[in-house]
Amino acid sequence: MSLSAKLARLLKSARKTQVAKSVLRVKHEDTPRARSLGVLSNVFLHLHPAKINRDAVAYNYTWGMGGMTFYVYLVLVFTGALLMFYYHPSKVVAYRDILYLENDVPFGKLLRNMHRWGAHLMVIMVQLHMFRVFLTGSYKKPREFNWVVGVILLVLTLLLSFTGYLLPDDQLGFWAVTVGTNMARATPLLGNEGPFGPQLGMTPYNDVRFGLLGGSIVDSNALLRAYIWHCIAIPILASLFMIVHFWRVRKDGGISGPAPVMLESEIPQPREP
Amino acid sequence: MDLHQLWTILATPDNVPIVLLALAVPFYTWYGLRQSFANDRLIAQLEADPALARTHHRKTQPWRPEWDREVHVWPYLLRIEFLAALIVTVILLVWSILLNAPLEEPANPNLTMNPSKAPWYFVGLQEMLVYFDPWLAGVVIPFLIIVGLMAIPYIDTNPLGSGYYTFKQRKAAILTFLFGFLGLWLTMIFIGVFVRGPGWMWFWPGATWDHNRLVFEVNRDLPFGALFLAAYTAAAAWAIHKLITLTPFHRKIHARMSRFQYLVMQFFLILMLALPLKILLRQLFRIKYLLVTPWFNI
Repeated sequence: MSLSAKLARLLKSARKTQVAKSVLRVKHEDTPRARSLGVLSNVFLHLHPAKINRDAVAYNYTWGMGGMTFYVYLVLVFTGALLMFYYHPSKVVAYRDILYLENDVPFGKLLRNMHRWGAHLMVIMVQLHMFRVFLTGSYKKPREFNWVVGVILLVLTLLLSFTGYLLPDDQLGFWAVTVGTNMARATPLLGNEGPFGPQLGMTPYNDVRFGLLGGSIVDSNALLRAYIWHCIAIPILASLFMIVHFWRVRKDGGISGPAPVMLESEIPQPREP
Repeated sequence: MDLHQLWTILATPDNVPIVLLALAVPFYTWYGLRQSFANDRLIAQLEADPALARTHHRKTQPWRPEWDREVHVWPYLLRIEFLAALIVTVILLVWSILLNAPLEEPANPNLTMNPSKAPWYFVGLQEMLVYFDPWLAGVVIPFLIIVGLMAIPYIDTNPLGSGYYTFKQRKAAILTFLFGFLGLWLTMIFIGVFVRGPGWMWFWPGATWDHNRLVFEVNRDLPFGALFLAAYTAAAAWAIHKLITLTPFHRKIHARMSRFQYLVMQFFLILMLALPLKILLRQLFRIKYLLVTPWFNI
């Protein structure tokens, strides 16, 4: 008996043990039933249907952008959690932590680079995903609400990137966030330089910018707030909306296409109100 | 031509993603439109031949009657997802090995960076600061972009083109989106990143950033601005109405809209067209404000 045949027999008998059966639950066979159950009975895969449109698996329809955006998000959560081991959101040590990370932590530089470029990649991919969804008309009935959830996720992605920009506490982040939050000063009604702001009693010490920064300048409170928004609040919000987004993809009838083309003569007549 | 300056801008680590974007967006625009045109040819063929339309599977993808319409997710989709994850990981790893994330000097409130730019995805809004006051450029316009995007599914009453690429059946929608995405959002980002230099002055790509450059421009406000704004609104509304009722097909789609849907669509389209108009007025005629009031200026 050859080695590969021996290995195959060993694997087969291993699958019959009580342990393997309790873990896998589904028999590993080349049958439609086993293939379907393999997806449906797996907690990580069960957001997929058992079967999908045969033309949807080709790259050209979806560009894979939504799925890759989610994957990059997972990479960012993973690298971000590792970065948190080496970072203190305090004005005294934040910058030094980055220097330490870059120069002394094994693979620290790679870790930071992956987090940085992953973030840029996510922003790019999320825009291309939206572009594809628009071009294929996938926001149309019955998927209108999922497009709205997608827009919220786009905004959350940008906010995640923006709040992360300040954390190295270097000139680049400091001035970018200064420029960004200075605009909040001009919020109508809620900013001290915005229309009708002063009339409503807004000053640099009580307006919406003060709330964002925890002060009137980008300083230690702003760093702490950016950190908490970046590492806790927005990831939780984004995860919640992603759950809704993926759930609705399934509930709204799965992926939108490639659908058979519809002709102009087939437009249903609108019902009279 | 200062190639060194050009290279400095292009090779700034945080600008590399925008170089990537400048390659990816034209590619995917072509990639999507190519499939749109292929479907449009199929649609034309089916419209010309009703008998074929009844029997055809109505896709440009290859098809044989004995094929299943659906395939199993395991393995046909999962293996692609796994492959995509691997490829993205490799790209991200190689990118991270080759290029270091930027780290400047420690934050110093007493030393202003010149130019001090927002992260690239907000640079488009920063560029709008040239043309609008901060309450508009930084607060109202982003808010309207978000609300406008959310409104799209509820004001697009065209039932065609759901789930397949097409240009012919959705000309108005696709041209509007391309105008907003490529013509406004990305163009503003590219101008902000590659063209704006010290003092947020205009330096064509390849021009040397001169930190001592002075520009003597006197901006003026438009007289009778309220009248101009009213005239623009009326003209834009009329032009948009003409455009979306240009052909019998577009009139049919228009007839499906409620009064409210129509007004919301007009509102966003008029505002969208106002952005390039204000940019042109500013760049060509040095107009700072169209409307001056004691509380705010537009």
